[in-house]
Amino acid sequence: MNKHQWQTFTLHNPYLFSLLLLVIITLVNLFVQPDMFHRDTINNNMRVFLPLILLAAGEAVVILGGGIDISVGSIVSIVNVILATQVGLQGNPQKMYLMMGFVLLVGMAAGAINGFFVAYMRLQPIITTYATSFLYAGLALFILPNPGGGIPQSFSSFYRDTTPLGLPLAFFIIALILLAWGFVQQTRYGRYLSAVGGKADAAYETAVPVSAIQFSTYVAAGLMAALSGIAVTMLVSSGNSTTGDQLTLSSITAVVIGGTTLSGGVGGVAGAMIGAVILGLIKNIISFANIDTWWQTFVNAAIIVVALAAPGVINLFRRKR
Amino acid sequence: MKRITISPPVAAVLLAIILFALSGLLPNGFGSNMLVARAQAVNILRLSVFLGVIAAGQTLVIISGSEGIDLSAGAVVTLTAIVTYVLVNGNDGRVLPALFAAILVGAAIGLVNGTGISFLKISPLVMTLGMSGVVTGMILIVQHGNVSGAVSPIMTKVIARPLIFGIPGAIIIWVFFAGLMWLLMERTAFGKNLFAIGTNRVTARLSGVNVTAMVLATYALAGALSGLGGFLAVGNTGVVFINIGNPFLFPSIAAVAVGGTLLSGGKGSYWGTMAGAIVLTLLTSLLTTMQMPDSVRSMVLGATLLILISIYGRQQALRQ
Repeated sequence: MNKHQWQTFTLHNPYLFSLLLLVIITLVNLFVQPDMFHRDTINNNMRVFLPLILLAAGEAVVILGGGIDISVGSIVSIVNVILATQVGLQGNPQKMYLMMGFVLLVGMAAGAINGFFVAYMRLQPIITTYATSFLYAGLALFILPNPGGGIPQSFSSFYRDTTPLGLPLAFFIIALILLAWGFVQQTRYGRYLSAVGGKADAAYETAVPVSAIQFSTYVAAGLMAALSGIAVTMLVSSGNSTTGDQLTLSSITAVVIGGTTLSGGVGGVAGAMIGAVILGLIKNIISFANIDTWWQTFVNAAIIVVALAAPGVINLFRRKR
Repeated sequence: MKRITISPPVAAVLLAIILFALSGLLPNGFGSNMLVARAQAVNILRLSVFLGVIAAGQTLVIISGSEGIDLSAGAVVTLTAIVTYVLVNGNDGRVLPALFAAILVGAAIGLVNGTGISFLKISPLVMTLGMSGVVTGMILIVQHGNVSGAVSPIMTKVIARPLIFGIPGAIIIWVFFAGLMWLLMERTAFGKNLFAIGTNRVTARLSGVNVTAMVLATYALAGALSGLGGFLAVGNTGVVFINIGNPFLFPSIAAVAVGGTLLSGGKGSYWGTMAGAIVLTLLTSLLTTMQMPDSVRSMVLGATLLILISIYGRQQALRQ
């Protein structure tokens, strides 16, 4: 394969490295956790990974469109505290359904604020979403100053134990999102999205509604953040205004490990989901490999850096030859 | 018709002055007492120094373009603050070696960042984010969460206390430092090349700029400046804690943006960053003085930042 073919090949298969990495990480995980493919273990793992998977999928859409959103974690927090305070441990199911619908709207509204400032006010995405992350985090803290609250037991056990057709619930949610993404990619909107992320001014000159597309990516990310917030709330079944804090940067890392370039235009939702699973498995490996507690942060970060560096190292050697 | 334009650094300074004047009208503000007002102004300037120095590295990295950003700055500040704290150990004679060590450690981490970014083509955001995790991990491994050491009397005296005419040493250091930054960015080949690679890497390379070396040097320098920031920060607080650097990370980026430096690179100044650091520090201390709850403080900070960048952080429209 010559250099040009190789470039085309990696461009057409942005998930290549992430799939390879997924296989390696899975094998290592299997080594330290032999019952990994047991049904219960898969379900246990997937329900812990699901919030980040959902968040990373939304982040991937924004990054694909050439932006970045560092407020998604704060949106997760808002959703979490709204559910925990408004429904409560003793709340009735109707109220829970109502509030779940409401938080989806909240997530989209938060995304719309981001989108408005980035797409229509033409502010730089990273600093804009940094500013709004303060807004949202402050709002979450305002709603629930001290950790507490909760959701009805029935919902957390539904999230924990539902295995339709013997497969974890998370699989079905992931499949649904992949289907939706596959459909979006077939539409004109999907092509517009790649065009805007690839080169916004060229897209503009070919009559692509650039601002509207950019705006929509942030709304999509807000919606996915709200879904992620619902999943997190069902997972931990309590409220805390800092729930989403550490998820933001992980979601960006997941997107990049998943083969989406931060400059936009290349990549997709599936890769980001793989990236999120990889990050979850790395954490798994560390907790099962009996690594000294003090070393865990370092090992986790080092594996991530190596994973990020791997495609670059391979390309470096290919260029030398 | 000629539009009235105002340069971002000037706007930021004006904003800082207005904010400060308004803060005097608060129930617990300085009112008409000029002595208290002066003391408060000096104190806020002194607090801005640490953010200002850390944001200096951020300014260079952001001007270098290609989505340049340094998310490892916070972790590097913590690490170098610990290095300083442990090396100095209360001994005046060991301040200078500790300063060099802090700068060297920062530069080494910056060099690793630069290597990953220029040779392995990792995007700066995730590379520096990953490094920040690695550095935090290293701190935990080496120190197990507790450190023994001390700052020396001379550090406290020079950095935290008034030095000449009641002006704290930190401010004098900052003025000197700003002069050096100006020389570096405006009067050296490095500075010219920095703006060149920030504007367009391809044209810069074709005009004979060694882009790879520039990127390496920029990230190493940014790391070194974070190291200096860590040294100054621990000199100010007098104690070191695991979270000493992180609160500086995102404000350092915000200070650069508020100061009018383009986050896409190629345009900006350190004066702007200084003004941005002062505005952010002033805003934070103002909200603290007003005794707002954390939640409201966070929201006001976010909204203000949003308004600030809305005023002059707008990018060019696609339609020309």
